[in-house]
Amino acid sequence: MIVFDDVWFGYDGADRQVLRGVDLEVPEGELALVAGPTGVGKSTLLGAVNGAVPHSTGGRLSGRVLVAGLDTRDHPPRDLAHVVGRVGQDPSATFVTGTVEEELAYGMEQLAVPPATMRTRVEQTLDLLGIADLRHRRLDSLSGGQQQRVAIGAVLTAGPRVLVLDEPTSALDPGAAEEVLAALLRLVHDLGVTCLVAEHRLERVVEYADRVLTVASDGTVRSAEPALAMATSVVAPPVVELGRLAGWSPLPLSVRAARRAAGAVCPVNVANGPVAWRIPPAMGPVAPRRPAADVVVRARGLVVRHGATVAVRHADLELAAGETVAVTGRNGSGKSSLLWALAGASAPAAGTVTVAGDDITSAAPRARRRLAGLVPQTASDLLYLETVADECAQADAESQATAGTCAALVARILGPVDTDRHPRDLSAGQQLGLVLAVQLTAAPTVVLLDEPTRGLDYAAKRRLVVVLRELAADGHAVVVATHDVELVAQLADRAVVLADGELVEDGPTVEVVATSPTLAPQVAKVLGPPWLTVDQVAAAREREEVAGHG
Amino acid sequence: MTGRAPLSQLPVLLSPLLPRSLHPLAWWVWALALAVAAAQTTNPLLLLALVLVACVVVVARRTDQTYARAFGWYLVAGAVVIVIRVLFRVLFGGGDAASPGDPVLMSLPALDLPWAGGWTLLGDLTGSALLAATIDGLRLAAMLVCVGAANSLADPRRLLKSVPPALHEVGAATVVAVTVLPQLAESVVRVRGARRLRGGAGSRRDRLRSVVVPVLEDAVERSLALAASMDSRGYGRRAAVPEGSRLLVGGLLIGGLMGLLVGVYALLDATTPYWLGLPVLLGGVAAAIVGLAVAGQRVRRTRYRPDRWLAPELFTVLCGVALACCFVATANAEPLVANPVLSPPSWPTLSMLPCLGLAAALLPAVATPEVQRAREPVPA
Repeated sequence: MIVFDDVWFGYDGADRQVLRGVDLEVPEGELALVAGPTGVGKSTLLGAVNGAVPHSTGGRLSGRVLVAGLDTRDHPPRDLAHVVGRVGQDPSATFVTGTVEEELAYGMEQLAVPPATMRTRVEQTLDLLGIADLRHRRLDSLSGGQQQRVAIGAVLTAGPRVLVLDEPTSALDPGAAEEVLAALLRLVHDLGVTCLVAEHRLERVVEYADRVLTVASDGTVRSAEPALAMATSVVAPPVVELGRLAGWSPLPLSVRAARRAAGAVCPVNVANGPVAWRIPPAMGPVAPRRPAADVVVRARGLVVRHGATVAVRHADLELAAGETVAVTGRNGSGKSSLLWALAGASAPAAGTVTVAGDDITSAAPRARRRLAGLVPQTASDLLYLETVADECAQADAESQATAGTCAALVARILGPVDTDRHPRDLSAGQQLGLVLAVQLTAAPTVVLLDEPTRGLDYAAKRRLVVVLRELAADGHAVVVATHDVELVAQLADRAVVLADGELVEDGPTVEVVATSPTLAPQVAKVLGPPWLTVDQVAAAREREEVAGHG
Repeated sequence: MTGRAPLSQLPVLLSPLLPRSLHPLAWWVWALALAVAAAQTTNPLLLLALVLVACVVVVARRTDQTYARAFGWYLVAGAVVIVIRVLFRVLFGGGDAASPGDPVLMSLPALDLPWAGGWTLLGDLTGSALLAATIDGLRLAAMLVCVGAANSLADPRRLLKSVPPALHEVGAATVVAVTVLPQLAESVVRVRGARRLRGGAGSRRDRLRSVVVPVLEDAVERSLALAASMDSRGYGRRAAVPEGSRLLVGGLLIGGLMGLLVGVYALLDATTPYWLGLPVLLGGVAAAIVGLAVAGQRVRRTRYRPDRWLAPELFTVLCGVALACCFVATANAEPLVANPVLSPPSWPTLSMLPCLGLAAALLPAVATPEVQRAREPVPA
């Protein structure tokens, strides 16, 4: 169905080829997962399928891309609309009309589909994606998961045989992601649509994939069975890492497969030493650090309103120095509003927030920066200068810090970065690191991050966790609002669950997360509490080995 | 390919009074007729009644889309127009000699500006001058409310969808602009919030830049995403057009435009010969229409559930036109009703004719199909 024949792609003037001699074939009806670190050309590979690369992006493409026998060289994207449907990263930016029904019909109108057929197809698509109750709704009133399903429906009505999706679940909370995946699987199973999906959150998709296309940082692409690809992939979901650690074969891709493999005594594993060992290890995980009792942030009766909507209802929260706290909950449950109010950046309708004894809402902007530093969801909103160095100098000036403070932070968080680069040219992870450095320049008492893992691959996420743990060890209180359950498990000492603006749960991460079916990380689902992360398992095993030798 | 499906498949639309949205053009004609009527009179009672009619119809038949909720803002804007009109009168209207029997309400110090063409600032404010300014503001406000009513009653996007196929590109661009504006506003709010997080330091130029740069970058990225999405969904596909037809369309459109220009010029300039006036103008219009029709055949699109023009649409238009006719007739036949004497101020009177018109204009509030409301979302 999709054939890449020795495809090379690069931009004129750039020394690096984005795609390098790609040869691959995806047969009809398969779900192929495109995996790889951020910024290696996953989106380029997807764009090449419907000819958007290079027809609308520019650049030079050599070789041949065939979709359903049509060469993208001769067919620009608009002529392939009935063959390939492409859904972008941010569905709301791709909507052309105002309501769900019109959006579903838009593509067909362009293709001059007869009106009677249009009616039928709109109804079928509404049912297929489970969005019939949304048909008259305005597009901007939909939640993220609904928008994603409408965007899929909008390209599906044209009757394409290939669907190309770029990060369909990255921005979604676990529940909404499941809705989208369920809809997608129904298309693959019932209609035999060929799907090409790029996704950072491999743990959500890999178990359903028929094939994994791994894009390497040199621009080559390898196509393999999921289990084979995962055995060596640099990006892998926790369940796969657990399987690798335990030496399970075949490698489990789903929680269910891993659970069946766990519990059994592993055979002697040559690669990991001569000692047979049990998963989970007999020694439990190290008890989480007890944070110092020194409370630095006190929120009392906090209420945040946006017009008639109450985003946060009477929240009481205390944060201690050196503590990492995850605020979690569905999309739209008030996580962001709580963070903005804690940072003093939006005035609460009622209640008080004191940081280190000072009322933060009445503090002057500069003083406030020294109390709380917030990294917003769209971190790049904070960047407006031409180079990284300029941004750093500006941050030093804004924070009245000694020159070079911010640059030193950037080096610490990101490692060596070319400071003459334009901030917009940095990867999502690097932008986040830069903004974090800008906000840390003022040495705030509490650091808050809103949804920081959007668009980050596993390596960038791990780096972020290390940095945030270091910050906590330095005595900052760290608060992260996220629906990324794996991040919560790796990072947080304490988890707070928000639902409909109310604080529903507040306690040690293990207790909050492990009992919840949607919030439990994969390792907890496989091994049961108190296990949360692969790192815990590996550490416990090392201790076991030391004990065994000693 | 026309947008007509076999009638057996659309039994619902055959019953014109079942709940549905009226053709947007019908509401716009109705509302513009109201605005024309408002321009005919300075009778405050009639103007207020007109605004009331617009309000009642809007409340009864507006949709639940975003722009429909903006009607309240049009009322506010109308009030602001009245206030501004009165303030202007107070500020710039000085120096008018007060007629006998016209009480001076407020005596303000007059400020002569001989260098500015003999203007006088402030000065005596008479009751009749204040009244005239208020009524003038009221008339402007009434027209504004009429436009607001049209906006609230008819989806402007649906109106754009009804443009002839040849103007489809223009329509699409406008639709996108309408969609993008609220997104731009949202992006400004977001970036300003982010700006506060950095402490808001720096010069005014820096502050402006720190908002404008991210917002523009955001807008450009969104536009590119939207363009790519439209492209990959088939926007801009064209049927194969023979060279001759393309030349014909170009010639007809350019010829038509030139005909329009020459014709209008000749009509307005008395010295040009008669044959250069109306005949050329009509010829230009005809050429432009034929050009648009031929160009429209190049666009291969269909319409999903096109708005249909049925009896209630015609009725609504007639109601609006009836009101405009009644007000025009009143202005001619009963000048004292349409334009009451202001100096000295007299209580405005009413007569049968304009009231009949108002009653007619009110009919669409009940005699048109109800609006189909979006169902409440099923709670997840």
